[in-house]
Amino acid sequence: MVQAFYEAPAYHLILEGILILWIIRLLFSKTYKLHETYKLTEKEKEDLIEEWQPDPLVPPISKDHPSLNYDVVTGPPSHKIIINGKECINFASFNFLGLLDNERVKQKALASLKKYGVGTCGPRGFYGTFDVHLELESRLAKFMKTEEAIIYSYGFATIASAIPAYSKRGDIIFVDEAACFSIQKGLQASRSFIKYFKHNDMEDLERLLKEQELEDQKNPRKARVTRKFIVVEGLYINTADVCPLPELVKLKYKYKVRIFLEESMSFGVLGEHGRGVTEHFGVNIDDIDLISANMENAVASIGGFCCGRSFVIDHQRLSGQGYCFSASLPPMLAAAAIEALNIMEEDPGTKCCSVHSNLTPGLRLVGVPFAPALHLQLDRSSGSRDSDMQLLRNIVDYCMQRQVALTLARYLEKEERFLPPPRYVNVGGNHASWVGCSQRFQSDPWDELAKCKNSTVKAVELIVVAVPHTDQYDLQSNNNSRRTDKKE
Amino acid sequence: NRFPLDRQHHGGLYKRPFVESFEETPMLVAVLTYMGYGILTIFGYLRDFLRQWKIERCHIAREKEEQRDFVPLYQDFENFYTRNLYMRIRDNWNRPICSVPGAKMDLMERASHDYNWTFEYTGRVVHDVINLGSYNYLGFAENTGPCAESAAEVTVKYGVGVASSRQEIGNLDRHEEMEKLVAKFLGVESAMAFGMGFATNSMNIPALTGKGCLILSDELNHASLVLGARLSGSIIRVFKHNNMQSLEKLLREAIVHGQPRTHRPWKKILIVVEGIYSMEGSIVRLPEVIALKKHYRAYLYLDEAHSIGALGPRGRGVVDYFGLDPCDVDVMMGTFTKSFGAAGGYIAGKRLIEYLRSHSHSAVYATSMSPPVVEQIITSMKCIMGEDGTTIGCERVRRLAENTVYFRKRLREMGFIIYGNKDSPVVPMMLYMPAKIGAFGREMLKRNIGVVVVGFPATPIIESRARFCISASHSRELLDKVLGAICEVGDVLQLKYSRHRIQPSLVRPFDDSVYEDIDD
Repeated sequence: MVQAFYEAPAYHLILEGILILWIIRLLFSKTYKLHETYKLTEKEKEDLIEEWQPDPLVPPISKDHPSLNYDVVTGPPSHKIIINGKECINFASFNFLGLLDNERVKQKALASLKKYGVGTCGPRGFYGTFDVHLELESRLAKFMKTEEAIIYSYGFATIASAIPAYSKRGDIIFVDEAACFSIQKGLQASRSFIKYFKHNDMEDLERLLKEQELEDQKNPRKARVTRKFIVVEGLYINTADVCPLPELVKLKYKYKVRIFLEESMSFGVLGEHGRGVTEHFGVNIDDIDLISANMENAVASIGGFCCGRSFVIDHQRLSGQGYCFSASLPPMLAAAAIEALNIMEEDPGTKCCSVHSNLTPGLRLVGVPFAPALHLQLDRSSGSRDSDMQLLRNIVDYCMQRQVALTLARYLEKEERFLPPPRYVNVGGNHASWVGCSQRFQSDPWDELAKCKNSTVKAVELIVVAVPHTDQYDLQSNNNSRRTDKKE
Repeated sequence: NRFPLDRQHHGGLYKRPFVESFEETPMLVAVLTYMGYGILTIFGYLRDFLRQWKIERCHIAREKEEQRDFVPLYQDFENFYTRNLYMRIRDNWNRPICSVPGAKMDLMERASHDYNWTFEYTGRVVHDVINLGSYNYLGFAENTGPCAESAAEVTVKYGVGVASSRQEIGNLDRHEEMEKLVAKFLGVESAMAFGMGFATNSMNIPALTGKGCLILSDELNHASLVLGARLSGSIIRVFKHNNMQSLEKLLREAIVHGQPRTHRPWKKILIVVEGIYSMEGSIVRLPEVIALKKHYRAYLYLDEAHSIGALGPRGRGVVDYFGLDPCDVDVMMGTFTKSFGAAGGYIAGKRLIEYLRSHSHSAVYATSMSPPVVEQIITSMKCIMGEDGTTIGCERVRRLAENTVYFRKRLREMGFIIYGNKDSPVVPMMLYMPAKIGAFGREMLKRNIGVVVVGFPATPIIESRARFCISASHSRELLDKVLGAICEVGDVLQLKYSRHRIQPSLVRPFDDSVYEDIDD
């Protein structure tokens, strides 16, 4: 090696020597930190901690905020309801089949209470599964003619837990703009890409699907693992109309997307036997991947369920958050739901055929003729949402004094993606059950409906004064002013 | 001036000794557990291979024929654990019962002829299985007695459903009475109740925090708290389980550096903790958390799902257990499912509830609680408070505390590794190895005792455990019987891993337990 040292050319040795000296210099020089200047002293940190003032935990809220004063109902919430001390005819609760005060349902619930007590004291996995739950699941599956059903203990949590169980980050969901709040929460929890299409507009949906198809062709590898879903409601709670299910099924097979159908309002109401919008349109139920509904409207119990093929539903038993991590439905409520199903099966005639006529100038009826719950909306708006709400509130109060109970449709204004215009809900379908048990009531059900109509007409005449003519509310104009992006 | 980080000063905050232990996993056991999982994984791949090549019959549900060319709904590897490990011991979970979930229950007998892929019910009922799995801390899961009778009256009078949300027309007078009672029970200004405990967290945390806020949450928080924090849109930072130094470090860093990248000051900081952690059996170090919160001006959200009714001399939860002022906790949340034998959750606090009444997702969109459930809550709460004129409530609280201390002490003496605080009625006993999870559940069922076993993913992969929930309705004889059975099964399965041996002594005062290390 020493010989190689002597044989090497001079410039080589000099170069190597300079390099070695440079390395030694770098090794011993002080390291240069880029954020040297940002290091704070202890005293500065203490000062920052002293100075920091947080916002109050909740913003102060005025005592006369419109949604603060609840109407207090004393007594059972059935056809005749006592609100704030006054007895009214109930046009406001979603009691579509009138099963809220059915004697058979109550007796079954009582029998179940005497056997099981009230609560289940555990989630489904840990001794919280009762034979009533298993029976209700099999009955629901049989009623809806699907393979399997799964029960949740809270209606809101049903679709909000079902969507994130299947759709994860990177998947794509096409949703109708008028989807209800629980669907929106489910979408938010799933962290997928959400694409909204205009309400009930199949061309818009097809356009979005075509765009997605083009994207897929550019990147086929990614497309092979990206799941795509369409989420629609059978009967929309915000606009009281139905989705065009046959066209959706055609789009499903054409573009290979799965359909999730939310049937809270239409279960028990639409279709010949009450099986919902699939029976109404005559669509094969196997074509829909998942049907979710809550049992709090027609079935007059508490909770919700999803039904479909075993391949789809079984997955939720381990990954549906509201199913695995929450206590199960109290058995008496499950027993009440079973009895309500029995009644529905025995007597498929208790459906809704409601009154659909233009009530009066000044108010507009929103909804399809066979919908059980309709919205009454102001024809012309005064331009500000608050004053519109106040106007409607006055109408509702006036009607309550005349013994007709209506209710303002409530929304969380800042949280809704597409805020529906102010309106109130008229559950016109309620009277269908009166036709069934009119022998119990002294007055004729049509009489009561007429009373309702008269009160609302009078209210509108007295209260809806001539307002300056502004553009009618529609969903698009609401977007620009009020939408707050809640994406993560 | 600086807030002290060392332990000595914190001792002054506690009025009674805080004894928690999480014994380390013995090395040999850890190695064997990993080996066990490795063998199971290899067999899992083998079985998947056989199933794919149709050598083995496949029981898994398949996609519809017409939808074969759709993008697959599930990825194969997502369900690997479910197909190959969970399926083998699936009979330990989802056991259906057909009686009240009290101290003893009736199980429906199930049989499986294809290794747990499908179950059939033989029609027979196994009677009087001792129930160590239901969250029945104060024994209110009963179908006789004053609670059941008043619930029955209300069912006949009001019916079962409500069919409307709180803000519309579903606000019954019983709801308002219940909320006032809950506020009085906890010692706060006002309270609000919701129909589901899980939904209480996931719908109200977004109403309290939003963008620009920080949530500091414990490592082992429940799924509902995690979901609520995610839905709110705030930044979430996780501190080590029950570790106050970690929490303080995060607090200091957060306030000093502000929001990430923009360095703007945070709008609010919310610390989210639970009263009792149900998988570990540990109790939150509430005095220290409150001291930290006051010093750094953060807000505290306390989830008392398991601890309300179960801790404290008067049964008022973890705040009562430490003897603190309920006004110090900004948001107290809890559920009615566990100690009250009903269903639902509540949030209570000062100056908070008016805002939630108008802005909570549940009040606007979700149906209100069912009347008989509300009645059960009212009656059981009055019983615990002693307002119904009897001392049943006090008795039960006292008996639960005694049962807990006795059970834990005896299990420790036998040599099992038990996690958690000495006063928590949730008793996790370590099993570690995957085969022992299934074996323990089945052996105990043979001896007519129903227990809950938990494994991955609810716990870290090598720390699977059996979890006992003590109840006030368990008598001393019942506990002795159970302890005898556990000891027997522990010997058969070799579960007595503990290296510390406590001197079993009857007269020794509690603080003085002597630990004697055994030579390996």
